[in-house]
Amino acid sequence: MNKLIVSPSPHAHGRESTQSIMRDVLIALTPAMLVSILASGWSVLALICVSVVACVLLEFLIQKYWLKVPVTVTDLSAAVTGCLLALNLPPNAPWWIALIGAIVAIGVAKMTFGGLGQNIFNPALVGRVFLLVSFPVIMTSWDDGGSMFGLVDAFSGATPLGAVKEGLKNGMTLSQITADDLTFSQQFFFNAGGSAGELSAIALILGFIYLLCRRVIKATIPVTILCTVFVVSGIFWLANPEKFTNPVFNIFSGGLLLGAIFMATDYVTSPMTTKGQIIFGIGIGLITVFVRYFGSYPEGVSFAILIMNCAVPLLNKYCKPRRFGEVKK
Amino acid sequence: MTGTILFTIACLVALGLLFAVVLYFVAQKFKVEEDPRIATVESILPGANCGGCGHAGCHAFAENVVKAPSMEGFFCPVGGNPVMTKVAEALGRAVEEKAPMVAVVRCGGTTACRPRTNEYDGYASCKVMASLYVGDTGCKYGCLGKGDCEAACQFGAIHVNPATGIAEVDEEKCTACGACVKACPKNLIELRAKGFKNRRVFVSCINRDKGAVTRKACSAGCIGCGKCAKTCPFDAITVENNVAYIDFTKCKMCRKCVEVCPTHAIHEVNFPPKPKIEPKPNEENV
Amino acid sequence: MKKTFRIGGVHPHDNKISAEAAIEIFPAIETAYVSMAQHLGAPATPIVAVGDKVKVGQVIAEPAGFISGYVHSPVSGTVKSVAPRADIAGNLVPHVEITVEGDEWMEGIDTSDTLVKEIPYTPEEIIEKVKRAGVVGLGGASFPTHVKLAPPKDKKAECLILNGTECEPYLTSDDRIMRERPQEILIGGAIMMKALGVTRGYVGIEENKPAAIASMTEAAKAFPQIEVITLKKRYPQGGEKQLIDAVIRRQVPSGGLPIETGAVVQNVGTSLAVYEAVQKNKPLIDNVITVTGSCLPVQHNYKVRIGTPMSKILEVAGGLPEKAAKVISGGPMMGRAIANLDAATVKANGAILVLTEEETRRRPESACIRCSKCASACPMGLEPWLLNKLSRAGGRHEELEKERVFDCIECGCCSFTCPAGIPLLDLIRISKAEVMKIMRSRPKK
Repeated sequence: MNKLIVSPSPHAHGRESTQSIMRDVLIALTPAMLVSILASGWSVLALICVSVVACVLLEFLIQKYWLKVPVTVTDLSAAVTGCLLALNLPPNAPWWIALIGAIVAIGVAKMTFGGLGQNIFNPALVGRVFLLVSFPVIMTSWDDGGSMFGLVDAFSGATPLGAVKEGLKNGMTLSQITADDLTFSQQFFFNAGGSAGELSAIALILGFIYLLCRRVIKATIPVTILCTVFVVSGIFWLANPEKFTNPVFNIFSGGLLLGAIFMATDYVTSPMTTKGQIIFGIGIGLITVFVRYFGSYPEGVSFAILIMNCAVPLLNKYCKPRRFGEVKK
Repeated sequence: MTGTILFTIACLVALGLLFAVVLYFVAQKFKVEEDPRIATVESILPGANCGGCGHAGCHAFAENVVKAPSMEGFFCPVGGNPVMTKVAEALGRAVEEKAPMVAVVRCGGTTACRPRTNEYDGYASCKVMASLYVGDTGCKYGCLGKGDCEAACQFGAIHVNPATGIAEVDEEKCTACGACVKACPKNLIELRAKGFKNRRVFVSCINRDKGAVTRKACSAGCIGCGKCAKTCPFDAITVENNVAYIDFTKCKMCRKCVEVCPTHAIHEVNFPPKPKIEPKPNEENV
Repeated sequence: MKKTFRIGGVHPHDNKISAEAAIEIFPAIETAYVSMAQHLGAPATPIVAVGDKVKVGQVIAEPAGFISGYVHSPVSGTVKSVAPRADIAGNLVPHVEITVEGDEWMEGIDTSDTLVKEIPYTPEEIIEKVKRAGVVGLGGASFPTHVKLAPPKDKKAECLILNGTECEPYLTSDDRIMRERPQEILIGGAIMMKALGVTRGYVGIEENKPAAIASMTEAAKAFPQIEVITLKKRYPQGGEKQLIDAVIRRQVPSGGLPIETGAVVQNVGTSLAVYEAVQKNKPLIDNVITVTGSCLPVQHNYKVRIGTPMSKILEVAGGLPEKAAKVISGGPMMGRAIANLDAATVKANGAILVLTEEETRRRPESACIRCSKCASACPMGLEPWLLNKLSRAGGRHEELEKERVFDCIECGCCSFTCPAGIPLLDLIRISKAEVMKIMRSRPKK
């Protein structure tokens, strides 16, 4: 007989692993990726491929030849970063944009902090924001060569949020800007313009439902973000509907859904306790609305998430879970 | 243009002066009066902050030694005698020389002589393993080889040898701070006198089981037969609870015990290889 | 809606593959090795000498302190030795070794199956009888039952909760006794309620044991003061604090005793032992042990005399299969891996579980991804990731105390759920012991 194994309890283990969780996230991102490929053609597919391959390869090279630590690319976390980065780029961005983004995301935002679990900021978002401030023209031009299968009419021009901001700057009122555009159903199924992953709200929501069913994430963070955005923008909108966009528009436009569902819920860079997650979500919602209404950029989700990422260690320190026996009968 | 530059320079100079004055007064106000000798002593100490002296780091040691009336009870194991002499000089006191010590792992049960009876699959820590059960060999006392001592050592002086599964001390690096002694859940590690030319004789086993039980678990264990105690001309060896112990203050390192030990549990280190002398025919086996 | 506890918990696969195996009487053994440390607290002092003849049920050791207990001979025969012997972890514990000759019982022990319903004893008499019979908590902690039946004077018991949750995967011994001997269990419950002076009793059973629920509910019709409660399947529901929370919605305050909620929890097995001790004068000399594992060809629930070597039980059950990699005393979540198969059973042994390499081998540890699943799973509302981090740093006892490491019940939910395969509990358990030692060494207020 073989030698018996002896170890401390527990002697059983749940089915989940880091890899299975990351795989679930990739599956949840599939609808959004499909929609953007269908809408914008091969260029998006190329972006996704470049971004994923670059992220994985870079992590592999850094771990193997630079840090000389065990290679952990099989946990798929780099692949998730790659996908998210690609979905945060304009569909028509050149391939090298994805490459630079990947280098910043993995090389700077992830590995310099010590790899998976150690980074303070969401790597994909750091990549995106780096690109946004370095290549503002590429990152905010949404010209599109046309739909791949002719399913959707070709569109060009600014994102809805960009159009609103531009219009307001030029002294127009909202009713003038949105006279012929932006109906709710259009946004829900298909957004006109925007980053690759922002095109269809329903695709993102499908992914969200999948993640919830698989218990990969809890609904706390996305729901608080969306509620905060809805309430805060609602207050502004009621105060002055000619100057401020309506809450429904705010929720379904731009990268809010993508950010709330896939970026803000990143385990590593979000708080550990429900209390902390609620504060985190409210913070993201507030900053998003304020950047959109008062900032010089039309969109503020990325900045909001990155800013709130800084607060995570603090939130973890001060927000403790409800202890057993704490509330006396 | 020139005006702007001059204005800027003037502003910065004024600000700098203002801050300097503020800082000066704050520093005066919150100055902590400290015996200057504390700083002197601290600068002599090695600064390892290992706690081996029994104080919370080098500063605490310096503070306490300055306050104390004599050098008694104060010894920095890392710096050893040279440092303590300097400290005593700085304080104008006399100091007694202490024999330099070194950590000794008292287990000789290598993988080869101590067969594994089960496989441990928990967190690699001797503490965790020892709290769970007796260990992965038949010996309840032996080295578990998970390296708690290695983790505790600040000087990189102790390592678990993967070939033997036992911790080994690097005498060059060991400062006898005692961190490993505290870390070992089996209490295997002992601080012993470094000895003349680093030579030492010690019983490399603490197995208190009866001889037959020990022998079954490990071929290198002390079976408490007492041959060494009988052989020792200096009464340095005692056998208690089925295990022999050599008192290093009495041992004269004649090494007679090493020869008679049937399980070779008594180790000699740093002795030159013995000259090969054929045993005389009339010599009796003890 | 079915009740359950309010914080944390996990859902391991329950694997109750031995549930349909009726309790079998284990064949007579040749030698019994009776441990003197079968209860929490001080080991008992042996009162027999080598060569003494003993009968089944005869006292062979007396308690050595308030929290200690009597030990009885589980067999009849001659005392062969009184000496230390290795337990399942290999640690030496005093044992009395008895060579079995026949099966002669002490006078006064009722070995018949007749049900004795009347309880003619006073609470003091009951507690004394339970103490004399050496009954200990059979849920795992083996706390002497008579101590628990006499709570401190300033605390008032309000209800008794019988623990039939058996939330550990694989284990079925409680399930079997609830199916086969529900009347006795409930009478045992009634006896303990009388001893405690309470009028309210509950039996908590998890929903995955419908047969046990049916049989207990049927039997409970004759006991209007005892209510059978179906609980949701969730681990660690059988934990004392979790069960009280699930059944009566009160949480034991941190650092406090369960009695502060007014509830006393006893395992159903203990209840059966109390019945036998009080109504039949039969001391605790045997218990039901589940012998199970997916690699075993046949699953068993044996009624085994205490002091039977585990290797003997495995041999009778068909031997250890080639695939067996780990043998556990207890369940897979809180049971202890057996290093020494020759160790003898003790009163609180409930199962021998055989796992294969793929079922039990730990995964390689990878980096913490801060998913906080451990914190969500912790039934005590702690943050295992933080406790583990502080433990690994070493010497951070103050922070560990502030984070309430002493509240940890060592249920293993954190290690079980961690997707990165980090053995969180391994080090937390050590820190808990260290912190509690520091806390105990402090002068009391």
